[in-house]
Amino acid sequence: MSRVRGISELAGPVLLLALVALAGSVASRSVALEFRSALVSATIVIALYVFVGNSGVVSFGHVSFVAVGAFAAGLVSVPEALKLSVSPELYPFIARAEVGNAASLAIAAAVGGVYAFLVGVPLMRLSGLAAGIATFAVLEITHNVLRNWPRIGPGAKTLSLVPETSGFLQVTIGAVAVAVIAFAYQRSRPGRLLRAAREDPAAAQGSGVNIHRQRLVAFTLSGALAGFGGGLLVHLLGSITTEQVYLDLTFITLAMLIIGGVSSLWGAVVGALLVSGLNSFLAEAEKGIGGLDLPTGARLVTLGTLMAAVLLFRPGGIVSRAQAPRVSPALARRLASLRPFARERAS
Amino acid sequence: MNALQTVVDAVALGSLFALVAMGIALIFGVMRLVNFAHGELLTAGAYALFLTTELPLAVSIAVLFATVIAFALATEVAVRPLRAASPAAMLVTTFALSFLLQSVFLLVWGSQGDNAGILPELNRAADVGGLRIRWVTVASIGVGALLLVGTALLLNRTTIGLEMRAAAHDFRTARLLGVRTNRVIRFAFLLAGVLAAAATLMLVVQRPLVTPVYGFQLVIPALVGVVVGGLDRLTSATLGGFAVGFGTSVLGDVLPSDGRVFLPSVVFALVIVVLLARPSGLFTRARTVVERV
Repeated sequence: MSRVRGISELAGPVLLLALVALAGSVASRSVALEFRSALVSATIVIALYVFVGNSGVVSFGHVSFVAVGAFAAGLVSVPEALKLSVSPELYPFIARAEVGNAASLAIAAAVGGVYAFLVGVPLMRLSGLAAGIATFAVLEITHNVLRNWPRIGPGAKTLSLVPETSGFLQVTIGAVAVAVIAFAYQRSRPGRLLRAAREDPAAAQGSGVNIHRQRLVAFTLSGALAGFGGGLLVHLLGSITTEQVYLDLTFITLAMLIIGGVSSLWGAVVGALLVSGLNSFLAEAEKGIGGLDLPTGARLVTLGTLMAAVLLFRPGGIVSRAQAPRVSPALARRLASLRPFARERAS
Repeated sequence: MNALQTVVDAVALGSLFALVAMGIALIFGVMRLVNFAHGELLTAGAYALFLTTELPLAVSIAVLFATVIAFALATEVAVRPLRAASPAAMLVTTFALSFLLQSVFLLVWGSQGDNAGILPELNRAADVGGLRIRWVTVASIGVGALLLVGTALLLNRTTIGLEMRAAAHDFRTARLLGVRTNRVIRFAFLLAGVLAAAATLMLVVQRPLVTPVYGFQLVIPALVGVVVGGLDRLTSATLGGFAVGFGTSVLGDVLPSDGRVFLPSVVFALVIVVLLARPSGLFTRARTVVERV
């Protein structure tokens, strides 16, 4: 029974991703891009889920790993002469590097993972709001350095002419692979230890869980996946600036995760696809389609209203019930009576 | 003399951040809610000033306070369903509210920016022994100190203040003992509205160009300051806001000119160091805190 449910937890999201890919591949050219970009968003959101969902700690810094992944993959995919024309002071080892598509994605994942590990060693000691602010500080530092240090990247300029290799096959395989890795991690021993620590840090620590180490494992894995997502993103867009991987992306990916539901893979995938779809639809409606002609700016207002509404009236996310632990109501009441103030304290 | 001028400028920025930080800390204290949408109170107030530039000063200021307080009370109604939510959900919801309000401002007024100049005479600088001190700096410090003392007195010396502290300490027990928590929360938002309106006034004098992200730009450093200073007390949080403003301004003057572009990195690296060294806050009494995730 539990094995069947376990598999369905993976099969559901994967099937959904495949369906979106299928729908997109038969759609017209302009719409197809929206579908591909939804799949890339889903990849990034699943990466974010690996850390936030399993650890219960909010990270505002994951777009840093997307950013370094995107720039790493972009820089190793562009010919030397072109790189030097954008940024003449580039370190020679970056300027000379030129590899194929798959290798560039691997490099993106590696750079994201290593960066996340280095950041995570000190930061994973924090939790709650301090962790939120510290990861936000990482985002600000990453953006500031990438933008102003011409030796490691294009600085404030645009890195363009990156080969657009993120076709349907690539983004679908990428998103599904990341979903499978996320699933495998959450079912593994480290994943379960971290989830235990999320539910009750004191009890987990008492049972010998090294919370710092488990969080670091998740953070590093999540950073590598986010870097990979960044690689997919740069190969989708063909060009990248530091502004595209900064506050807006941070907000939208976090909103996708929380709207869908932080604590399940389903939530991450549903949230990402739903919000992407809505965003694309509203952007089209602003240009005027099928009798709908919204004023410019209405997209953001509608999106903001929907996000706020979902968050206010369903704080656990759209699919929060789907994977709720199966506890009978009677048992739930008895558990609650044993710890009358648990809920208040936690909030 | 140059060093003194640096300090004066730093105090100016610090007191501005402190005013914003105080409002955020007040709401956090009562509701355990980090209100990102606090910045949009400032933006709303600044647009209110922009719309009333033609009217007499007293009317402008009255409209400013009315608008900001109305926005604050509306925020309270909006976040009411959140009381049982997890801190992460709360954080992102107020972020979404802030995003929503920003997009509304963008829809109505566009991103170009509108000039809401008020009390321009406060911007003039007085020359005190070679130091340039703008009147608005003096006013900000005065208003900030006054509001801090006033709020502290209110919290410590009045019944509603006692109820607010009780609700902040243990919401459920306070409720069981007869504290009307709904009223307490509404009052906290009202107070935050007053603080935000005062902050808006000081802010608009110095930065008259109002854009949809006007308040949001200030909320980020103020929020960082609140966490760095220590969330649990109004004073420590306010001091944290001051410290971040002061530090940013001093570093901006001290850094060599070719390193100045990296100012945000230096500031945020310091923030990380402080958080690692003292996760419960720079200005809180050292004690072991069991962090709840």
